Amino acid sequence: MKLAVCIKRVPDMEGRFKIAASGTGIDEAGLKYDMSDFDGYAAEVAIQITEKLGAGEVTVISLGPDVVQETLRKALSMGAHRAVQLKHDAPVSDGLAVATALAAELKDGGYDLILCGRMAVDTQNRSTGIFLAELLGLPVISAISQLNVEGGVVKARRELEGAYELIECPLPAVVTIDEGIARARYPSLKGIMAAKKKPLEVKPAHLGAITYQLEKMELPAERAAGRIVGEGKDAVPELVRLLKEEAKVL
Amino acid sequence: MTNILAFSETRLGELRRAGLETVTAARRVADATGGQVHAVLAGAPGIAQHAARLAAHGADVVLVLEDDAFANYNPEALTATLAARLGGGYRAAFFAASALGHDLVARVAARMKLAYASDVTEFVFSADAVTVAHPGYTNKIVQRFVLKATPALISLRAGAVLPVENAKAGTVETLAPAGDPTAVRVKVTLTEKAAGGKIDLGEAPVIIAGGRGLKEAANFKLVEDLAAAFGNAAVGATRAVTDDGWRPHSDQIGQTGRLVSPDLYVACGISGAIQHLAGMRTSKTIVAINKDKEAPIFKAADYGIVGDVLEVLPVLTEAVRKARTGA
Repeated sequence: MKLAVCIKRVPDMEGRFKIAASGTGIDEAGLKYDMSDFDGYAAEVAIQITEKLGAGEVTVISLGPDVVQETLRKALSMGAHRAVQLKHDAPVSDGLAVATALAAELKDGGYDLILCGRMAVDTQNRSTGIFLAELLGLPVISAISQLNVEGGVVKARRELEGAYELIECPLPAVVTIDEGIARARYPSLKGIMAAKKKPLEVKPAHLGAITYQLEKMELPAERAAGRIVGEGKDAVPELVRLLKEEAKVL
Repeated sequence: MTNILAFSETRLGELRRAGLETVTAARRVADATGGQVHAVLAGAPGIAQHAARLAAHGADVVLVLEDDAFANYNPEALTATLAARLGGGYRAAFFAASALGHDLVARVAARMKLAYASDVTEFVFSADAVTVAHPGYTNKIVQRFVLKATPALISLRAGAVLPVENAKAGTVETLAPAGDPTAVRVKVTLTEKAAGGKIDLGEAPVIIAGGRGLKEAANFKLVEDLAAAFGNAAVGATRAVTDDGWRPHSDQIGQTGRLVSPDLYVACGISGAIQHLAGMRTSKTIVAINKDKEAPIFKAADYGIVGDVLEVLPVLTEAVRKARTGA
């Protein structure tokens, strides 16, 4: 079975962000970067499938400048077999343009299953995986919390707001991964050593036309500082009074 | 090309609140720019009964797609049908930023090679463009995008536009599926409500959330009791708690879980890891109960009580019950 996983390098969300002078990006100084959470789950799911089968190959693919090689190496150290960087130096905020480049790389690869994270935790667009499937003409099941691939059929579960559904489609297919399936493993020392010898190809990215233009980024209004109402259960009457009279939510 | 389409999401024969939010948003735009609101209502036979509610919220036309093939979500048939309809000329189309709304509008966008603004909290229509605000970076940054092509495809974050009645004719028209709606590859075989029929996190005006400070799964009863005292509250949890299996993953609020912004958020025994704050920092009023006065949750909270959540919760539950019932 041939699997592909699309991964994105994103800043660590722990930090405080500053808007860059351009107004359309974040100031990267001092930020740490890693694989987007859901993409890590997707890589883990793909690796587990090949481990369970004792066969198959996982290709990880990322679009971006040379620094994405670090993120691709991490996926290789987790257990992916080969990596492709679609080299593109400028930031892209248009998921359809990115999906067009990914589709151009993946379309003739003979992949049985392509996995993406449900969304990138930086741009939060939630659409690249679905765009990719549509461009490839493949069936897609998005935001899944359970996955079973057997006999050429994908069976999955998706959490809805206050409900869930069970979904099926034939392979080849695209899935996007939500919480609940797997957490990305920490690479072992052996995995890190092995990753250094695994193939990482660099190719130019053939982006589609930009139709979704980022105009500017802003920091949201700061919340006013809160206050400690009191200690222990004795503070409850004052809290209830504030909720009623000040916040008017009770 | 001034008409606005609103996709009104249904589930198991019911109209979702999000389905009224999209109609309300479309009505707001149509009132400002001229044009009609066309609401799409798709489901199994009988779904047309909800057309009157869409009319009451501002639909000039309700496009009804009634077919057994749409009893469950049918993404491929809906994509083909909506792409054909939108190709006929609309200024914009609104969807809910729900699991299904995202799935559907992204398919339509790629099919039509159109820009799609997801999870939108604000939108402004001008003569030749639509500008939208869309939170990113775990809601720490507001991204403003411009959509120039028409129709502009937009999914609305739950609660960004609240349903408002503004009655229009709501003329019912039949919307025929494009192609055979049973000849599809992606099939939803079951849709089921989560156990207990609880209020959904995205729709609840009040959320009571619990974390590790509750010490064990059984103590979530205290959180549920407080939610019950409010009467309109949903129960949420931190990732630490859902990872430990105390609560289902679907209850997780945070960076990789649900992003919520209720009127009132009560964080019980939650330290306030950045990953959790990402999911709830836009709540209107935040209350934190935690025994560690240095916990970061107190920096995000409007009101804090420093104390053992196991002691404070029963007293708070009783006080809220009294306040709600006037007893």
